Amino acid sequence: METQENALKVDRNQEGYLTDFSQWNKDVGEQIAQEEGIEMTPRHWEVINWIQEQVKADKALSIRGIKKSGVLDIKEFYALFPGGPLKISTKIAGVPKPKSCI
Amino acid sequence: MKNLLILGAGTAGTMMANQLRSKLKKDQWKITIVDQYKTHYYQPGFLFLPFDIYTEDQVKKVGKKFIPKGVNYVQKKIDRIFPEENKVKLEDETINYDILIIATGSKIAPEEVEGMKGKNWHKNVFDFYTYEGALALRNKLRDWQGGKMVVHLTEMPIKCPVAPLEFAFLADSYFKEKGMRDKVELTYVTPLSGAFTKEKSAATLGYLLEEKNINLEIDFAIESVDNENNKIIDYGGKEVEYDLLVTIPTNMGDEVIERSGMGDDLNFVPTDHHTLQSKDHENVFVIGDATNVPASKAGSVAHFQSETLTDNILLFIDGKPLKEEFDGHANCFIETGNKKALLIDFNYKQEPVEGTFPFSVIGPLKLLKESVFNHWGKLAFRWIYWNMLLKGIPIPFVGRNMSTKGKKL
Ligand SMILES: Cc1cc2nc3c(=O)[nH]c(=O)nc-3n(C[C@H](O)[C@H](O)[C@H](O)COP(=O)(O)OP(=O)(O)OC[C@H]3O[C@@H](n4cnc5c(N)ncnc54)[C@H](O)[C@@H]3O)c2cc1C
Repeated sequence: METQENALKVDRNQEGYLTDFSQWNKDVGEQIAQEEGIEMTPRHWEVINWIQEQVKADKALSIRGIKKSGVLDIKEFYALFPGGPLKISTKIAGVPKPKSCI
Repeated sequence: MKNLLILGAGTAGTMMANQLRSKLKKDQWKITIVDQYKTHYYQPGFLFLPFDIYTEDQVKKVGKKFIPKGVNYVQKKIDRIFPEENKVKLEDETINYDILIIATGSKIAPEEVEGMKGKNWHKNVFDFYTYEGALALRNKLRDWQGGKMVVHLTEMPIKCPVAPLEFAFLADSYFKEKGMRDKVELTYVTPLSGAFTKEKSAATLGYLLEEKNINLEIDFAIESVDNENNKIIDYGGKEVEYDLLVTIPTNMGDEVIERSGMGDDLNFVPTDHHTLQSKDHENVFVIGDATNVPASKAGSVAHFQSETLTDNILLFIDGKPLKEEFDGHANCFIETGNKKALLIDFNYKQEPVEGTFPFSVIGPLKLLKESVFNHWGKLAFRWIYWNMLLKGIPIPFVGRNMSTKGKKL
């Protein structure tokens, strides 16, 4: 099920994830962040860019992988995106959250 | 004489040896396959071993039996690949190649999580993704008196992504049959945002955990295993206590990929999604769990890949363009306990849906729905694996690309 968000003019699934990354831009990210109650700072954007690059390179996203990357430590990741950092940051980045096959 | 070298004689490597030996001229191409172990394991059987449904003998055979005549079988450890020089160093010799197929699979890496491979490893912290782990767990379960059992998934991707859920379902049945289900508190812990993460699966299968009285803990990113207090701890501070922890550790490609500088952070080799050619070297191809393609890591997937890859190797030899054919097709039976199972059939683009799936002998099977026939299908898969899949015999009615026939789209 795809819903058209009028304000954003992008296709999102029931949970609010973009279904087509080509529709993403910084304004879209900003707006999703607002919905999640997050105020974006340059540090947030650095993380978002890094996530997008990982996904482009077919690399799996995981909390442990983020720790190993040296880009940021896990405490900071939780502080930037409180609650479920991977779930929230991928939504803002316009990429799918980590999933299984079913 | 030219050399085609296959690294790994597991599911994918063995299938490629069988398919290519009958296609490549014996006076032009020498085929060599290398594996460190004498034994070929039927890994899907590791799910059943802990519950005494399969015996040891049903899940392992001598690997050489499945390598065709005319293929040079070398039982040695692979030390390093030198892709720029077209050679591979084994423990005590070096082999040159014209074409290389990497089929070194993936394996568990429990040392990636603090405390996981600690003093309680295979005592009250178990994996079932290895023969040793599954066997140790079987012996533990035979006289376990009950308590808190936690089935835990560390992170994606893992091979056979449904295996942890299947384990939880089978555990429920196992304890019921033993008349001790009331003594076991069963919890499923996942780093994902649900037990089922695809819309259609979540909608049709969501009832399963509740029906089986399995607790669910989601968004759990494990930081460490606390062996003193028997609990797993998450980066956000959440804790889950256990008496018996059954975990699927991080899955990674073999260290040989890392040593050769050919992999990503998880030692998976960057591979073209549709041709299965490695991204960095045109005479290197990758198949099965060793690739980084976003398909499931499963034997059925390796089987579909092997048909495309065989064609592409022949095209490559003839200097023709490769087929961009592989679509991520996977076809898996999922045990749900009580002698029932589900069947899912999907690819890169199409998530599993309901409908029917054509199948010879026992007739159309239900997709994404529990049935007794699907359970027979799962058990029949072992026979198909040893007698057809490994030998490269096509499975009737199951094409390399996903078909939409019968699916409710
Ligand atoms: C518990 C469990 C349940 C599963 N259930 C199913 C299922 O129901 N259906 C399904 O389709 N799939 C299932 N699978 C997945 C399936 O077993 C794998 O996807 C499949 O075996 C992958 O084949 P492969 O050839 O890529 O890797 P493997 O079969 O793992 O083979 C890799 C080979 O490479 C060798 N190797 C690696 N590194 C080296 C080295 N440095 N030197 C020498 N040799 C080396 C290894 O010894 C091994 O023999 C399951 C897996 C598990 C663990």
